[in-house]
Amino acid sequence: MSTDSRLKRLLEAGEFVVTGECGPPKGANVEKLEKKAQCLIGYVDAVNVTDNQTAIVRMSSIGAAALLVRMGLEPVMQMVCRDRNRIAMQSDIFGASALGICNMLCLSGDHQKFGNHAAAKNVYDVDSIQLIDIVRRMRDEGKVECGDEIDGVPRMFIGAAANPFADPFAFRVARLGKKINAGVDFVQTQCIYNMDKFKAWMRQVVDRGLDQKVHILAGVTPLKSLGMARYMAKNVSGIELPDALIKRMKDAPKESRAREGIQICIEQIQQLRSIPGVHGIHLMAIEWEHKVPEIIKDAGLYPRPA
Amino acid sequence: MIVGDLKPIEEIEASIRDCPRVLVLGCRGCVTVCNTGGEKEVSVLASQLRIASQARREQREVREETIERQCDFEYIEALLPQISDVDAVVSLACGAGVQHVAEVAAGLQRPIQVVPGVNTTFLGAALEQGVWGERCQGCGNCVLEITGGICPIARCSKSLLNGPCGGSSEGKCEIDPEVDCAWQLIYDRLSVLGKLENMTRVLPTRDWSTSRDGGPRTRVIEELRK
Repeated sequence: MSTDSRLKRLLEAGEFVVTGECGPPKGANVEKLEKKAQCLIGYVDAVNVTDNQTAIVRMSSIGAAALLVRMGLEPVMQMVCRDRNRIAMQSDIFGASALGICNMLCLSGDHQKFGNHAAAKNVYDVDSIQLIDIVRRMRDEGKVECGDEIDGVPRMFIGAAANPFADPFAFRVARLGKKINAGVDFVQTQCIYNMDKFKAWMRQVVDRGLDQKVHILAGVTPLKSLGMARYMAKNVSGIELPDALIKRMKDAPKESRAREGIQICIEQIQQLRSIPGVHGIHLMAIEWEHKVPEIIKDAGLYPRPA
Repeated sequence: MIVGDLKPIEEIEASIRDCPRVLVLGCRGCVTVCNTGGEKEVSVLASQLRIASQARREQREVREETIERQCDFEYIEALLPQISDVDAVVSLACGAGVQHVAEVAAGLQRPIQVVPGVNTTFLGAALEQGVWGERCQGCGNCVLEITGGICPIARCSKSLLNGPCGGSSEGKCEIDPEVDCAWQLIYDRLSVLGKLENMTRVLPTRDWSTSRDGGPRTRVIEELRK
């Protein structure tokens, strides 16, 4: 079934797409959200709106995504399995659809241990693969999970995450295959710094023909500083940051490290464009949204298609 | 077995304040095996409570008993004379035992406080001398035949059913470098068993009504009922 998603239309037209990311504020500060999002207009094809990422309470992804729609941006509403059961999820999907949101990303979600409410109870009624299956059935069969008919079908373009750097590596492509079987339309990967490992993963993806069944958007995050590079290398589970990149950041003069980080990101984007099966990039400029125009222009991805 | 941890003595003290006669009641079931609430632990706790009372110059009688199982009325009822004679019972059984003792005590003439001395933590197994690990959440719908004998509900921090999330790194879970990733364990076990195809099947949403989510559970065997 078709959706009104421009992201879908561009991917199906064979465009090399760009998605961005926008973390909602830790409160109801609409102005702050709009300021961040404003930087992205015209430079990305769609914008992920995170769902209480790292389990820190923020404006809801559905609320923030609806605000982005109002600004003329196309959101990808993230939804994690940590905080909602299947009743709340499906209800929110109806609500999101009614508010003009037509892309969503189905995620397990960071464990609440990492956030600011470590004492919270988690839900995990369904996992991310089951959520994909639920959304697909809602859209394609017009039924909620229990089998009841839907009055007004939500037409979501369904996304998921893939992490080529998590373990067991040998299972990672098989897990992507499960997401495809469940009905995912596109995947965005974890931030890629270890290009060799990503290429090895993509070879497996292409060998199995999975790139024909799902649109793969390669995740990139520009390094803002040497400190950030070291932090990501050491503390962020599922991210592999090679020593050579840390050295490159370290060797750059302090005042030009931010530009070095952007330069690295641009080079990564260029490498990613040449990898068979990669249909776009997912640019996660974390709290650095104002640098997105520079990155996209310098990477030769501007202007964006209509 | 059911595993538990002894509560901090201050917490136990606070719950039996103003009770001059106290019975510390152990259980020879699970809590004896996991060294939390057996005869030995009863004796140690009773001594601590006596010392604490003496330090505060309070008159308090602390008795000690340990019964076969606190989750069976017959063993508790055999102890009725000792229970009916005190102001508070500190039960070192699991939560089921505490509730059973409280129910019996509630039927007595005088009000008797029954308080927990243990925080019941999990259904687990002994991993080595002095170490127990969680193995089961009593979800009422076992999947161990699919997952190579390793439970993703109890042992994956997110209870995921379709393989490891992006936080699995070098065999460990993102929440703690000491915690094994259950799905790495399952993957390794299924590899050995030649059943990796179990990993590639999409497991559908579960019916959690067999778990606590369906409300308190009761099991009845009609032919055993009197």
